[in-house]
Amino acid sequence: MSDLTPDPEAKISVRGLTMAYGSFVVMTDLNFDIREKDIFIIMGGSGCGKSTLLRQMIGLMEPKKGEVFYNGASFTAAQDAERMAFIRRFGVMYQTGALWSSMTLAENITMPLEEHTELKPKEILDLARYKLALVGLSGYEDYYPDQVSGGMNKRAGIARALALDPEVLFLDEPGAGLDPLSSQRLDELILRLRDSLGSTFVIVTHELASIFAIANNSVFLDTVTRTQGATGDPKHLRDDSTNEAVRLFLNRGETTDTATTS
Amino acid sequence: MPRRKETANIPKAVWKGDSGKTALEISGDWKLGVQPEISGEGDVGWPDTFVTDRLGTFDSTLPAYLLRKVREVGIESPPLDGLREDLRGLMELALKVPERGDAKSRNEDLHSITRLGMKSSKKWLSLMSFLEFTGDTVLAILRFAVGKAGFRARDFWLTVQECGVNALPIVALISFLIGMILAFVGNVQLASFGASLYIADLVGIAMVREMGVMMTAIIMSGRTGAAFAAHIGSMNANQEIDALKTFGFNPFDFLVLPRLFALVLMMPLLTIYANVIGILGGMLVAAGVGIPPKLFLTEMLTIVDLTQGSLGVIKSVFFGVAIAIAGCYHGMRSGSSSAAVGEATTRAVVSSITVIIILDSAFAVIFTFLEI
Repeated sequence: MSDLTPDPEAKISVRGLTMAYGSFVVMTDLNFDIREKDIFIIMGGSGCGKSTLLRQMIGLMEPKKGEVFYNGASFTAAQDAERMAFIRRFGVMYQTGALWSSMTLAENITMPLEEHTELKPKEILDLARYKLALVGLSGYEDYYPDQVSGGMNKRAGIARALALDPEVLFLDEPGAGLDPLSSQRLDELILRLRDSLGSTFVIVTHELASIFAIANNSVFLDTVTRTQGATGDPKHLRDDSTNEAVRLFLNRGETTDTATTS
Repeated sequence: MPRRKETANIPKAVWKGDSGKTALEISGDWKLGVQPEISGEGDVGWPDTFVTDRLGTFDSTLPAYLLRKVREVGIESPPLDGLREDLRGLMELALKVPERGDAKSRNEDLHSITRLGMKSSKKWLSLMSFLEFTGDTVLAILRFAVGKAGFRARDFWLTVQECGVNALPIVALISFLIGMILAFVGNVQLASFGASLYIADLVGIAMVREMGVMMTAIIMSGRTGAAFAAHIGSMNANQEIDALKTFGFNPFDFLVLPRLFALVLMMPLLTIYANVIGILGGMLVAAGVGIPPKLFLTEMLTIVDLTQGSLGVIKSVFFGVAIAIAGCYHGMRSGSSSAAVGEATTRAVVSSITVIIILDSAFAVIFTFLEI
């Protein structure tokens, strides 16, 4: 069995995590560390449990076994108020944006600010306008989510995730459904935010271009063995991983080894 | 020197203007909730240069402040010379896509007459689209009659179960109580004339002509009509209806017809059931004031004949059509957000109850003319 104590240096440590829906086990024995300012990718084939892992890390689902640690403190064991203090430092963007449809884009961002800060309405509005400007949505403050496109919904979802200047940002498939330019802009946004705000990013994605452009750490979930295939910098994993499934995935199914031997 | 350090950490923005050139000096740690000290801010416009040597850490408050200044001054691409690299990066990012200015809350400054006109024409259009929907329903029924409209039999039977069998307990409870209430209220008046026996006639007539069908219709519009609207509305929101269309299904035949048929089939049955239960309720109360059930039944049947008994059942068919059409109509026309689905549900219930009352009044007039 693996060592179940967290790495004191790591921002987030996952130890011995087993995920299951009832008796159906999705993944077993996941162990990885995410350092501060990492852009960490959770990758793997469709249906391998990437989003499930994310949900377990932010407390929307409880792990069957194992623990998640933030700054060395156990999130899994934390209860109520203590857990809220953890969650307060997260920003989450959901796969479909999940904006509140009865509120405008600006209100979607101001609501958490009104709840969690003592700022004046004017200052809150300035912050909301700035967050929307960051994701390229200046001037869309008074639109409702169903009045703008799917990609805009997604970007507004990121702006909302940024609302409280979180330490850790979780993005579930941020690039899916975006055109290449928007997707590239998003990558740039993520890098900029990491550099200037010092945020840590945990991103679920399987878009290789994005992965190689931004990531410096990752975990690969292997559907066949039902555990992690490898963890580390995806650029190294692509060329040097000992796990063939990881290399196949990162090379879009064309590994140089298999090409030469066959 | 801890004291000095503390003062150095207060977020400050100092606007300096000398010899035609303006500079903005930003210093300290900018943090959410710490009020920055801003001085020299006037109508100097956007500064030509920035001084950020003494800037510590910052969060979103600082770029949010700068962005507000940009918007106030109203320049598209302001010079950012002298800004520290990380701050400059964020500002460039925020300014990369120009503000879209043409379309902020479009209804803001319209004349009140214009608004009245817009409201009225909207009402007119929604009445038209409701009539159109009703017409479409008739056409769909005709298509079905000649065998050209199809839906899954399973959908039909599921709806039958949902709006028939599953509604029995609540219909029974409400009708039983209504029957009892009628008997109690009637007894108070009739007893003073020594005519308590006529409770039987009162409960019988009131239940079979009005209360049985009315209560059933109101329960069904709250229960089933709302469910139709919510189900079809969320299908619409999920693009499920689009998916039906692209596979060549007529969403009308597929969604509206089974619901309409199921409700029209079940409403008369539920009404008969409600009538019987209501009369039982009245009978119980009558037994309590000394009228034996057998006498109650004999007295009631002198006035409640098959003609009287059929009136409520006839009405129930029309009420069923009204509930099904209102539910499906508001579901189909629902917007695509989750709030819109809720609104569609509310509208379905309100409009079906309104239509039921209007229809009932019309029937009252017709039956009076026919002297039934």
